[in-house]
Amino acid sequence: MTSRVEETGSTFDESHDPESEPANGGKRVRRLDRVVIRFAGDSGDGMQLTGDRFTSETAGFGNDLSTLPNFPAEIRAPAGTLPGVSSFQLHFADHDILTPGDAPDVLVAMNPAALKANLADLPRGAEIIVNTDEFTKRALAKVGWQADPLDDGTLAEYRVHPVALTTLTVEALKETSLSRKDAERAKNMFALGLLSWMYHRPTEGTETFLRAKFAKKPEIAEANVLAFRTGWNYGETTESFAVSYEVAPAARAFAPGRYRNISGNLALAYGLIAASRQSGLPLFLGSYPITPASDILHELSKHKNFGVRTFQAEDEIAGIGAALGAAFGGALGVTTTSGPGVALKSETIGLAVSLELPLLVVDIQRGGPSTGLPTKTEQADLLQAMFGRNGEAPVPIVAPASPGECFTMALEAARIALAYRTPVFLLSDGYLANGSEPWRVPEVSELPDLRVEFATEPNAPDGSGGFWPYLRDPQTLARPWAVPGTPGLEHRIGGIEKQDGTGNISYDPANHDHMVRTRQAKVDGVSVPDLAVDDPGGDAGLLVLGWGSTFGPIAAGVRRARAAGGRVAQAHLRYLNPFPANLGELLRRYDRVLVPEMNLGQLAMLLRARYLVDARSFTQVSGMPFKAAQLAAVISEALDD
Amino acid sequence: MTEIKATGVTANGALKLTAKDFKSDQEVRWCPGCGDYAILAAVQGFLPELGIPREKIVFISGIGCSSRFPYYLSTYGMHSIHGRAPAIATGLASSRPDLSVWVITGDGDALSIGGNHLIHALRRNVNLKILLFNNRIYGLTKGQYSPTSEPGKITKSTPMGSLDEPFRPLSLALGAEAGFVARTIDSDRQHLTSVLRAAAQHQGTALVEIYQNCNIFNDGAFEVLKDPATRDAALLRLEHGQPYRLTPDGEEIVHDVTDPDPTRAFALSRLTEPTPIGVLRAVARPAYDRQLNAQLDQAVAERGEGDLSALLSGSDTWMVR
Repeated sequence: MTSRVEETGSTFDESHDPESEPANGGKRVRRLDRVVIRFAGDSGDGMQLTGDRFTSETAGFGNDLSTLPNFPAEIRAPAGTLPGVSSFQLHFADHDILTPGDAPDVLVAMNPAALKANLADLPRGAEIIVNTDEFTKRALAKVGWQADPLDDGTLAEYRVHPVALTTLTVEALKETSLSRKDAERAKNMFALGLLSWMYHRPTEGTETFLRAKFAKKPEIAEANVLAFRTGWNYGETTESFAVSYEVAPAARAFAPGRYRNISGNLALAYGLIAASRQSGLPLFLGSYPITPASDILHELSKHKNFGVRTFQAEDEIAGIGAALGAAFGGALGVTTTSGPGVALKSETIGLAVSLELPLLVVDIQRGGPSTGLPTKTEQADLLQAMFGRNGEAPVPIVAPASPGECFTMALEAARIALAYRTPVFLLSDGYLANGSEPWRVPEVSELPDLRVEFATEPNAPDGSGGFWPYLRDPQTLARPWAVPGTPGLEHRIGGIEKQDGTGNISYDPANHDHMVRTRQAKVDGVSVPDLAVDDPGGDAGLLVLGWGSTFGPIAAGVRRARAAGGRVAQAHLRYLNPFPANLGELLRRYDRVLVPEMNLGQLAMLLRARYLVDARSFTQVSGMPFKAAQLAAVISEALDD
Repeated sequence: MTEIKATGVTANGALKLTAKDFKSDQEVRWCPGCGDYAILAAVQGFLPELGIPREKIVFISGIGCSSRFPYYLSTYGMHSIHGRAPAIATGLASSRPDLSVWVITGDGDALSIGGNHLIHALRRNVNLKILLFNNRIYGLTKGQYSPTSEPGKITKSTPMGSLDEPFRPLSLALGAEAGFVARTIDSDRQHLTSVLRAAAQHQGTALVEIYQNCNIFNDGAFEVLKDPATRDAALLRLEHGQPYRLTPDGEEIVHDVTDPDPTRAFALSRLTEPTPIGVLRAVARPAYDRQLNAQLDQAVAERGEGDLSALLSGSDTWMVR
């Protein structure tokens, strides 16, 4: 998922285009342009790890890829049950792709629950690799199967590979010192080895990874390596796997450069560290654990040698409070959370608006309301970010469109916060946070200069030699940032309305009106780039406009619609407040505007209110991202309207 | 460019500040007769003693009558939101260990809406000095009962008497693993100053409960402790190293603020007749901010200054040409 808007006009589609190759030795090798694999098993089966490793192998091989981890909120739901199924979907290709794929071509099912939970997603003809050892009467009954689906014709439409994964793994490890129970746990590596053979993945990375992961338990490390190799050899030798597949590197999908695979939360954490470096301000993260944002706290806490201070607070309010206190002291203050946490932080965000101090509020959105769906994705916090405070409390909002963009948008959020002395929202979501894609590693020299100047001199225009904390920059309307420790600039700020300029408490009606309008004007005046539109023919009548993580599925849907002859333009908002200056003009250029969102039409509501355009919503709040085929259908329907 | 010198720095570089240097130009707007005036005067009188230039001092408050305090001091200050001052001050003190950070709060601010932040600041032992003005009433919202109001209190919101068991702030603080706990009275400037001095010397979080008279909504709440006719019998003045008795004919105990076992301090915190004032506990333990910053130094010592380019690349990259 390289997610560059200019590439959406490419001729590649997200659909199949397999080419067969002649037989190679005893086994045939078939060349594919893309594959979607889903690993599914019990929460304790290590499916996320298996998926991560396959992803790393695939990234290293040079395919474009996009991933979708999908797991329950329970850490270990009852074994063998449908709610306990954890899965990891990976889409990889020899060309630029945009989504984790609508439907798996291959399902690896570690038990009956994993098969049952995922079967409905499989298209006819898909391959299923099942661990037959788990298909016991008891396990089948647990998921409501009276008969064994492996025998009763349930899977007649699929290409099924029954493999005794557990038995084969235990057999392979019988010479090791591992107990049977421990040996069984290596079955996910057997499966990974088998899939690695099937798709010609490089294997050294996984072996190195396993030895590093279990460095303190070498016997476990070697057992896993052995299981992994046995799985690979099983594919090579057994007759039940007659075909293996090649998916060539995606040479044309990538601009030259150094690449790595990166998830949204990791990119975001790196973006925050980069923002700290580029601004010269120490990073202070105040945070309270919450899914799906906690990984940012974990990651940043590892990088204390970058001057990063992480503070795990007693609650969400203390997390943002501490970040704001650190910002008062001259740090780059950040708080990371998800929707329920934002609700708790609202009052402090309002305080930051009033204090006019830089502060980053990172919201990794999840399904709501209330606790909602903690591990699933949604983008229903837009209006909360936009309006969820008492009084007129405008806050700039940015939203990355892909996992890799979380890095760039973290820098952008910091740029806005520091230049305008304001809290800034960054809206990511569970899909971006946990999904991953190849990412071109930027050179440090390419990163923006975010240096700020603290106030060091008295500035009172009355010649008193005093300091006025609210004397604004005429261009940006930002107030001076004078940090404690600066002699002569001692001042008091607070959440009570203050006189513009002096910062002294003021209940004067005209001053309050002026301050409310000034704070709004400051945010309205934040400089953001114009919105680029992708309209290859220049004659589209329909504009599809999205924001945030829906970029991939929307772009994939648009490609399909275009491939079918549809004249459709696409644009994607990374700046939600203020909107790009050209947005109104752009919206009016098209006869129809379609806004797909994973909420009930929040952006569409803003667009209609702001620009008086008849923006049509297409919405889904299932906790899952849109599918390309689904959006292609909606787009062609809109085109036929 | 004119060279800016910290206020009070004399020609030879020595710091010589007076109470006047800590008065801001803002008009003080508490009710006439409020106990806050006496506390403000005592703090302004005490701050020069610290020997810290005023730009290195920060007062952070929440919401309530007491929380207007920072506006009247010429240091750096922040009047924040209800109950959150300890959290905000924690972020500041943790990232700026060079500052002297003070929290001004009241019984409603610290013990009701901000109770969670107070207890966690105390257990963490961030380098904060928390001055809790306890007047046992909500003043700024005009007279509702507070978490320290006595049971049965008749107020605007409890016309038939309040039903809540009150907090004993010092017991709560000790239960939250506070290293420094003290009590003093607004009108006893000498005692108040001595307690501030002890709190300032403590490394870590210090909680000072200040009995403060709200002459509008709860006048005379501490009169028995102030009236020359009753106060000597009503007060138990604690001095480190000096003996005291919990009851007139009880066993004599030598007061030891450094006793690592908080049991005696806790017993004192429960006592009302007489009411102990002074330092109940002053036990040194590592301050959070120092430890946090030591971890940063340790990380640099072990791994070197962070290399951004190496971080972004990670260990698993490939080239596209």
